[in-house]
Amino acid sequence: MNFGWQALPLYVVLISVVTAMLIFALGEGRQHVRTTLNLGGAILKLALIMLMLLAIQSGASFEFRMSLLPGLDLVLHADRLTMLFATLSAMLWLITTVYAIGYLEQSPNRARFFGFFSLCVAATMGVASAGNLFTFFIFYELLTLATWPLVVHRGTPEAFAAGRLYLAYTLVGGVLVLIGLIWLHALAGGSDFIVGGSLAPLAAGNENALRTIFVLLMLGFGVKAALLPLHSWLPRAMVAPAPVSALLHAVAVVKAGAFGLVRLVQDVFGFDLAASLGLADVLAWLAAATVIYGSVLALRQSDLKRRLAYSTVSQVSYIALGVATGGMLATVGGLVHLVHQGLTKITLFFCAGNYAEGLGVHSIEELDGLGQRMPVTSVCFTLGAFGMIGIPPLAGFVTKWYLGAGAVAAGAPWIIAVIVASTLLNAAYFLPLVHRLWFRPLPEAMAERALAIRGGRMQALVGPTVVVAAMALLAGLFAGTPGSPLFWVIRMVGGES
Amino acid sequence: MSATATIYLLTAAAVFGIGVYGLLQARQILRQLLAINLMGGAIFLLLITLGGGAEGPPDPVPQAMVLTGIVIAVSATAFALALLVKLQDATGSSDLDPPDAE
Amino acid sequence: MPSELLIGLIFLPLLGACLTVLPWRWSTRLGVFAGLVSLPVLLVALTLAVIREGAWYYSLGGWTAPLGIRLFVDPLALLMLWMVAIIGGVAAAHAWHDFRPGTPEGARFWPLWLLLTAAMNALFLSADLFNLYVCLELVTLAAIPLIAMAGTATSIRAAMRYLLLALLASLVYLLGVALLYNATGTLDLYLMTQTLAASDGPATSLAFALIAVGLLLKGAVFPLHVWLPNAHASAPGPVSAVLSALVVKTAVYLVYRLWLWTLPAEDPMQGAVELFAVLGAAALIYGGILALLQERLKLVIAYSTVAQLGYLLLVLPLASVTAWQAASYQLLSHGLAKAAMFLAAANILHAVGSDRLADLERLDQRTPLSLFALALGGVSIMGLPPSGGFLAKWLLLEAAWQEGRWLLLFVLVLGSLLAAGYVFRILAAALRRADPTEAEDAEGTSPIGRRQAGYALLLALLALLAGFGAAPILEVIDAGAPAGWSAP
Repeated sequence: MNFGWQALPLYVVLISVVTAMLIFALGEGRQHVRTTLNLGGAILKLALIMLMLLAIQSGASFEFRMSLLPGLDLVLHADRLTMLFATLSAMLWLITTVYAIGYLEQSPNRARFFGFFSLCVAATMGVASAGNLFTFFIFYELLTLATWPLVVHRGTPEAFAAGRLYLAYTLVGGVLVLIGLIWLHALAGGSDFIVGGSLAPLAAGNENALRTIFVLLMLGFGVKAALLPLHSWLPRAMVAPAPVSALLHAVAVVKAGAFGLVRLVQDVFGFDLAASLGLADVLAWLAAATVIYGSVLALRQSDLKRRLAYSTVSQVSYIALGVATGGMLATVGGLVHLVHQGLTKITLFFCAGNYAEGLGVHSIEELDGLGQRMPVTSVCFTLGAFGMIGIPPLAGFVTKWYLGAGAVAAGAPWIIAVIVASTLLNAAYFLPLVHRLWFRPLPEAMAERALAIRGGRMQALVGPTVVVAAMALLAGLFAGTPGSPLFWVIRMVGGES
Repeated sequence: MSATATIYLLTAAAVFGIGVYGLLQARQILRQLLAINLMGGAIFLLLITLGGGAEGPPDPVPQAMVLTGIVIAVSATAFALALLVKLQDATGSSDLDPPDAE
Repeated sequence: MPSELLIGLIFLPLLGACLTVLPWRWSTRLGVFAGLVSLPVLLVALTLAVIREGAWYYSLGGWTAPLGIRLFVDPLALLMLWMVAIIGGVAAAHAWHDFRPGTPEGARFWPLWLLLTAAMNALFLSADLFNLYVCLELVTLAAIPLIAMAGTATSIRAAMRYLLLALLASLVYLLGVALLYNATGTLDLYLMTQTLAASDGPATSLAFALIAVGLLLKGAVFPLHVWLPNAHASAPGPVSAVLSALVVKTAVYLVYRLWLWTLPAEDPMQGAVELFAVLGAAALIYGGILALLQERLKLVIAYSTVAQLGYLLLVLPLASVTAWQAASYQLLSHGLAKAAMFLAAANILHAVGSDRLADLERLDQRTPLSLFALALGGVSIMGLPPSGGFLAKWLLLEAAWQEGRWLLLFVLVLGSLLAAGYVFRILAAALRRADPTEAEDAEGTSPIGRRQAGYALLLALLALLAGFGAAPILEVIDAGAPAGWSAP
């Protein structure tokens, strides 16, 4: 155990835990103190992560290790994949916190909300910096626990029904991971994540055991990543407040699942082993099916948030698709989508939240002409939608370009067909919304409805929306320059494989 | 084993049997308590008999056990009776499952 | 010096019990202090001694076995003693408010409580079958009036049912002891092994079977659990905590002692461990399902005890170091978590005036601290990380995996999903909002409410910390693994 400078990943996790505990302890009153705590915690965390980034640039390494059971360590470390996910989450958390403070200004139970909100991010940081599968699992389950109170936050029967479904899926998923983990532990001991995996020496004679373990873990992580047969909790969880949706879709939960799949393929099995056992193909097919299926279902939704939810189902599977295709280009495409999807989707959810809070708009029909009433939000929404579709030079295009090129390089041209089909579907469910916003006349009733958000609240909601939209835009526009997510990911993949 | 010992053993078995029957059949707590006491008596008899030994002085350990056992049985019974009185006070019934409970 | 520690652990609570009977107010305080606060101090010294010297025997009064009575301390006994000291101590602190010295309630409560503590300490230290019978009776006779102390018709009826079954169980156990003494000529748990190996016969098998039935009845192991839920649910909060966390464990502890220490490895009665595992599995499933169906908070928690005891029996056929660690850790973390939940439930019952799940809406505002303790305890009971319960479940699964017991593995997983079901059902009931009005925080604003919640929270946090502090605890525990369970 080492609690010094090396243990920085531990402190990054603990900051949010402490923030959560302080918020719980403060109780419902004292809003200003809570806001200060919230923002202070988020900024401090981001600062620490930046510090870690700089230190890693100059060759430092971070690891915290503590023995939990004989032969099983709790390991928190900071490799490049960690930093990618942690930076994204910390940044988006800060912005989401600002948004949530504005969004929930009048509603009850804010202490509970922000407490679990912080706990949720603590778990996400743990997931990001976990140094072995056992540690990953601990934080993965903690994430389930911390998210449930947020999903049921509204306290309505629909919220509890969604919460039950969420638990049913995630707890069973957790059990699958647990069994896979026990099996793997019996086979290989509690080995740390290593690029390229540590299981290759064991492969001979254990092919079927390894295949089963992979499938168990894949399904377990697939629950949170909303892979095809396991996705239906996600749209139902849309009953939660908008910041929670942002958290679920862009910052924490779905990402944790996708991140688990990345770790599984790259750092536990290693792509070569996964491919030689035929497992990468299984994951690729499953992801491809999810990409298409999610888009098709998104087309049929008339509720804005549900349409966005199915869009997430589809988009997150790009990550798994890229990683499972293998090869440098496709891997870059998959990993960079971790960031691109996060930025773009959070923009869209903030916009949906603004529409709902500002004018009570929930369904797609009500979007007509809203470009006049809420121009800033609508511009952001349009940018987000274009980004998702992958119109050049926006972020989605960068992802799809790399995925497509990677598919060719890996000799799997069918993936291009999937990407093209998915792009067409994306356009089919996003363009009509953009059309409604800008080219349909504003109905009389909507023109007269008073805007419910104004003044400081307006800034608190629209400000973060503009910031994330700008970030999404810049990530695409300047994809080629140093410092962009793409640049990072290329260095990461290139430097490691 | 001597004939007396055999008689004692058979008596113990019979008394134990009566106790078990009484416990299963009785509805009232008082009777159940008596049945349990009968079973206890049977076990004490068994202990003494088994410790008697065919030759030589009897083994003192079972005797000590039985003495302790009797003390415990008496105090447990006393406590059960006290609890029974409380039950009677609280519910007006001395049955564990009154026919029309609550 | 170390042998005096053993005597002190039994004698000081007894002395305390005697002091609390005296009519003066200070005597009660002194008695509680002498009997409870002293225990952790003694245990620290005892732990150091056990780490230094390993397990040892002590013959009471200098009389050696077979005539004398021996005490025995090893890491397992040490673990149980610590649980009595910590859980019993925190529960006593919680009880202090409702059973103040100088009040009639206090005068009735504290002698019994200290007697119960002394009896449990004696039981965990005793190496003599008949002495264990006396201890078992003492535990029962001290615990039952504590249940009835709630004074309601339900609690008295539950106490009466418990008493009758417990007396029956003791007699069955005693009958087994009589047969065993006749066959082996000794009552000492650890001396008996050699004689048993030589004289194997139907009489000893019958004796062990009788003892097992007696213990399973006392330990509320399915299907002999019928007395438990009402007894545990209708007792005052701190009593429920100690009953579920410690008292039922006494019987399981003796099953461990007899089957893992006394019975020779090749004895045919060793086959009973398979039966224990079946009963444990049934308890886990049945208790879990019934907990899901209950409408009252304390009954849910009580049925959860029925289920969680199942884990402790499931371990028996696995016979490995991992299984040993799993059993010890389950004993510990279930004790902490369950006691925390019962104390929290008592606070909630006190604040809300009902523990029906239907009346528990908006608890996050009415009793936030107790709800938090309840939830943390629940996390450990479900076996989700980070908690002691998670490590226990992990070890159990690993042990089952190592032995290739797939069915057990399946039951374990199912049991933990059921646990998740009933814990989240409670939490969902507590977060409901019946009407949008803001409720006042009844607990956080009153110092008494905060303190009472603090005790529940303390135990819950210990259950959580157990999820991180396993390495040093298991190091001590490993040394006490029964023969045949240690590393090859």
